[in-house]
Amino acid sequence: MQVVDQGGDKMVLHVGPQHPGSGHFRIVITLDGDYIIDAKPDPGYVHRGAEKMAEYRTYIQNIPHLERPVIIDATGITLPYVLTAEKILDVEPPERAQYIRMIMAELNRIISHLYWLAIYGIFLGHSTMFMWPMGDRELFIDLAESIGGTRVTFSYVVPGGVRNDIPGGFKERALKTFQYFEKRIKEYEEIFFNNPLMQSRTVGIGILKKQNAVKLGITGPNLRASGINSDTRKDEPYCFYNKIRFDIPVYKEGDSYARCMVRLRELQQSMDIIRQVLDRMKPGPIKHVIRGVMRGEPGEAFVRTEAARGTMFYHIVSNGERFPYRVKISVPSFRNLIGMSHLLVGSRLADMPAIYWSLDYWPVEADK
Amino acid sequence: METFEDFLKRILSILFWLLLLSPVIIFPVFFLLIPLLGISVPTTNEFLTALIDPIKGIQLANKYGVGPSSTFFKIAAFPGFTFAALIATITILYERKLIAKVQLRVGPLYAGRFEGVLQPIADLFKLLGKEIVVPEKADKFFFWSAPILSIGLGAALLAVLPLSPNIYIARSDVSLLIPFAIIGFSPLIVLIAAWASSNKFAFIGGLRALHQLVAYEIPMLISVLGVVILSGSLDLISIVESQQQVWFIFPQLLGAIIFYITILSELERVPFDIPEAETELVSGWLTEYTGMHFGLLQLGVYIKFYALSLLFTLLFLGGWYGPAFLPPLAWLLIKLFFVITIVILPRAVMPRLRIDQLIRLGWVWLIVLSFINLFIAVIEVSLGVI
Repeated sequence: MQVVDQGGDKMVLHVGPQHPGSGHFRIVITLDGDYIIDAKPDPGYVHRGAEKMAEYRTYIQNIPHLERPVIIDATGITLPYVLTAEKILDVEPPERAQYIRMIMAELNRIISHLYWLAIYGIFLGHSTMFMWPMGDRELFIDLAESIGGTRVTFSYVVPGGVRNDIPGGFKERALKTFQYFEKRIKEYEEIFFNNPLMQSRTVGIGILKKQNAVKLGITGPNLRASGINSDTRKDEPYCFYNKIRFDIPVYKEGDSYARCMVRLRELQQSMDIIRQVLDRMKPGPIKHVIRGVMRGEPGEAFVRTEAARGTMFYHIVSNGERFPYRVKISVPSFRNLIGMSHLLVGSRLADMPAIYWSLDYWPVEADK
Repeated sequence: METFEDFLKRILSILFWLLLLSPVIIFPVFFLLIPLLGISVPTTNEFLTALIDPIKGIQLANKYGVGPSSTFFKIAAFPGFTFAALIATITILYERKLIAKVQLRVGPLYAGRFEGVLQPIADLFKLLGKEIVVPEKADKFFFWSAPILSIGLGAALLAVLPLSPNIYIARSDVSLLIPFAIIGFSPLIVLIAAWASSNKFAFIGGLRALHQLVAYEIPMLISVLGVVILSGSLDLISIVESQQQVWFIFPQLLGAIIFYITILSELERVPFDIPEAETELVSGWLTEYTGMHFGLLQLGVYIKFYALSLLFTLLFLGGWYGPAFLPPLAWLLIKLFFVITIVILPRAVMPRLRIDQLIRLGWVWLIVLSFINLFIAVIEVSLGVI
């Protein structure tokens, strides 16, 4: 740890990597009294070279490997990879598989958002808001487990379709869970989102203006909280998102509270999407079986999807071998990290957690 | 792996062997060497009977001036420290179970046969077994003194708080002022702990505790003045006795609310746990404390919790008065746990405030409201309502 002499009454504070509020990264904060005058995010503590390692694995082996960076949003990061790989391998998944992929993607979005909500609660010192979403998250994990077989790392989406069909009785259980969770969302609002103390901690804190959000390249819910109606599911529909009716929650304020509300509304939207998908789904094959070794056509492909944290972008270059020649991932967390230092400067030290976690920054995803 | 029950069994077996061996080793020293110094000691027969017969034990204790009516016993055991520590321990368990129920959890469950009732004891043994780590750059003297001062401050608060008309350690004409004089020291202890740790997070936490003091101390004192005006006394026992007809919470509702908010602030409880804000300051001023150091600091805070809840009961809820089918002490404890519940509950439903919001709350709202409350008290007295 280097000691920086700032002179005067300024204090340099290293938040992380060993800090209950930092995660696997560090922010070097310079304080003048209670105000942050400089914030330097320092990522890279969990860099594992996921992109390079992907060049030494086959297209199938890459699926469990590439979901490691963000296991709480496993489908969010594997789905765009599989879509890109399908372009390289030139296979078309059956219709039912596309729908099941959407179910898993939206379930994972709910699981990821609930995890975020729980941590946001405890970041503001609200311990009940930590326990409730963590408990309700288990219900959605159970639903996803009944499809994918594991609790968190599903590795469920494969080139050509999905691994297995959804089990019988899934629709009834899912609808029952949604009915229960819609009641819980109202309780969340009562105890947390409409709580005047919570609003006094988040409203008007960490305002990200519309033009700054565009200039800094923010994506996902953070961008939509700044008043920009941008969602890859609407802009460049993949799977069958163009056949489903759903709204994109957009808030104009751009503060921490707006970012919270976008995610809360997205929980509802995701459940609506799954309901419609369950109604539209017809029985049929779920996998286009590929025989022999998968070898891509020489060439390159890219796909953009909407993961829980924002736009997830994959670019794969193939030279016709069993392994991809190059896998480039552009993850939303790293793009949102750019905005963090912009938001932290000028705020109070006590607002640091309220701003930091409202961006839903996941250090492992950013470091890859 | 050793379970908690095995652990208790081990401790009990050690105690058993100690008791068995003590006649062989300790008693010769006790009964041969000490009489040489000219001090009278109880005979072996007296001593051993006292160990198993409580009545004989009390008689023996009385003989040597440590019986239930002696000052030593009062300070160390019943209205004093041991009783307060017992209530504090019950409070810790009660808090954990209550918050767990709100959060749809079960809370402590395994220590003890019923609902984890032995969890505080298990925690105590855990803290005793931990290594005490003193940071290399810490100011050793002050680092060690903060836990002792913390528990000393908690114990000092108990000196003048009566539990019923005849259960108290000391009685004074100004017994209301003494607790407030002692409470004024508590941010100093926080600052000593924070400064001695030589840790930036602890230091910021200590500074926040001082700012917090500025915000709550003045409204706390002024809100109590209303009660003094109504009862016309600074003696806690007379204050309680003047509530025989009407509890002061009814004419002094505003004062009670202000006093309740300042209790939360003094105890650093949610929403005012700003000095130990976990996600910004690790554990604030407690960051560098480990093992029994941490345990003593926490016990000091919880004894302060007991003392302030008791003070609220005495000032606003009529102390030990209640229908005659229960003894006065039982009424006091019922009201005390009601207050403790109310002080615990915000932790389940509220997030943490910011220090500037607390200072604004203290200076803009609480001080003004406490003066208004003072005028209400004056008007009530002059109109003869009370």
